[in-house]
Amino acid sequence: MRFSGLRILKEGLTGNRGWTPHWRDPAPKSEYDIVIIGGGGHGLSTAYYLAAEHGLTNVAVLEKGYIGGGNVGRNTTIVRANYFLPGNSEFYSHSLKLWEGLEEELNYNVMHSQRGLINLFHSDGQRDAFARRGNAMINQGDDAVLLDREGVRKYLPYLDFDNVRFPVYGGLLHPRGGTARHDAVAWGYARGADSRGVDLIQNCEVTGIDIENGVVKGVQTTRGAIRAKKVAMVVAGRSGQVAAMAGMRIPVESHVLQAFVTEGLKPCIDHVVSFGMGHFYISQSDKGGLVFGGDLDMYASYAQRGNLPLVEHVMEAGMTLMPMIGKAKVLRSWGGIMDMTPDGSPIIDKTHVEGLYLDCGWNYGGFKAVPASGNCFAHLIATDRHHAAAEKFRLDRFRSGVGLMDEEGTGAQHNLH
Amino acid sequence: MRITCPICGERDRREFYYKSAAVALERPDPEAGDGVWNDYLHLRENPAGVTRELWYHETGCSAWLVVTRNTVSHEILDAVLASEARA
Repeated sequence: MRFSGLRILKEGLTGNRGWTPHWRDPAPKSEYDIVIIGGGGHGLSTAYYLAAEHGLTNVAVLEKGYIGGGNVGRNTTIVRANYFLPGNSEFYSHSLKLWEGLEEELNYNVMHSQRGLINLFHSDGQRDAFARRGNAMINQGDDAVLLDREGVRKYLPYLDFDNVRFPVYGGLLHPRGGTARHDAVAWGYARGADSRGVDLIQNCEVTGIDIENGVVKGVQTTRGAIRAKKVAMVVAGRSGQVAAMAGMRIPVESHVLQAFVTEGLKPCIDHVVSFGMGHFYISQSDKGGLVFGGDLDMYASYAQRGNLPLVEHVMEAGMTLMPMIGKAKVLRSWGGIMDMTPDGSPIIDKTHVEGLYLDCGWNYGGFKAVPASGNCFAHLIATDRHHAAAEKFRLDRFRSGVGLMDEEGTGAQHNLH
Repeated sequence: MRITCPICGERDRREFYYKSAAVALERPDPEAGDGVWNDYLHLRENPAGVTRELWYHETGCSAWLVVTRNTVSHEILDAVLASEARA
């Protein structure tokens, strides 16, 4: 089934009876070349690129819930490439380029909207730091524009420019930054992988990883044993538990991050905006809801819901920055489980077990990484060589201390990112 | 979440600073090697369920606590002074 404007017109005129399910619902076979544990955004894009770029289609994606039910369906949908450090910089640049061709590649409307992202700054020191970051982005080949106070006022006239405690000094505009429809990204990759022959197996939880003499042989699941030549772990917040099935302890602590959405409003916030003096970022969805979030709750959690002090903090930060949103009613809040690493940067690497691969540590920034994570992880699984854009995401960097990517400069320690 | 500090009684979560898993109490020998130190500094059990953690009563009595907590339900099961937990 191909999507096109003509097709939508035809279906609209004939009662929309011609649409079919976007992917099959197969039972697991007893053996695959590659088994991917985790049917989230990263797992689905890994499967897609294995099939599309490497011709590997004897692949199963095992998802314990349903497709699109995890973090890929519960994030704030921001897409950007404004990282500073080598390693992250080239990776997110690669990812943004994949985003820009994604709808054509998948023949699927993921509603990628490059509306521009503005990170505000509120002091001379912050201005210097953002100017430096902007230069790093330009050096990487991406775009950045340093706005002064009047420049920001032109884009965001609704900010509280009279705030004397946190004055708006300016902002770093990343014009190619923006948002995308998170569910559609999962669905588009799922459909693309399925149509190339990948089995997407839902309601199938992995309960064990079979290893013989240091070589992976397959997995045990709630739907029976499945043999595999290669097994890939892509399970975000659950990485600790799945890695433990292979006898591994990994540098990940799972935390909860909350997000919020208001009732639908007429268009008022045209960009993605972040506050530099309190952890707060906001955009407006195409349905009209204001989608916003803040910092982690800052304690280990698997609850998929947070506590009220952080809710209060996020609301206070929002009201400080843009008092106009005060009368909007919050419809929903939710929490996602973030796989936090000590330096705040991800891991895409082989493990000590032959044929077992690990993709995790996406912290609170996994959504924008979905295309490149799958692209680079598929490259690693298919060729056993690191993709150039992700070759610094090594598991052993914590042990050696070489190649840590600590964007915040707070130190490679749990609880500091 | 409310944590019952052994010194101050039941207090709001905002008075406390979360450090990490209580492995920090088991500091290895300085010469133990990078494998042991990597294990201590970075690698975590990260359980979904009951875990032991270090919390600091920052705006209270400044005591370090070992808190036993469920990471799925957020239930606080126990809180003792770190100095006693170590002994």
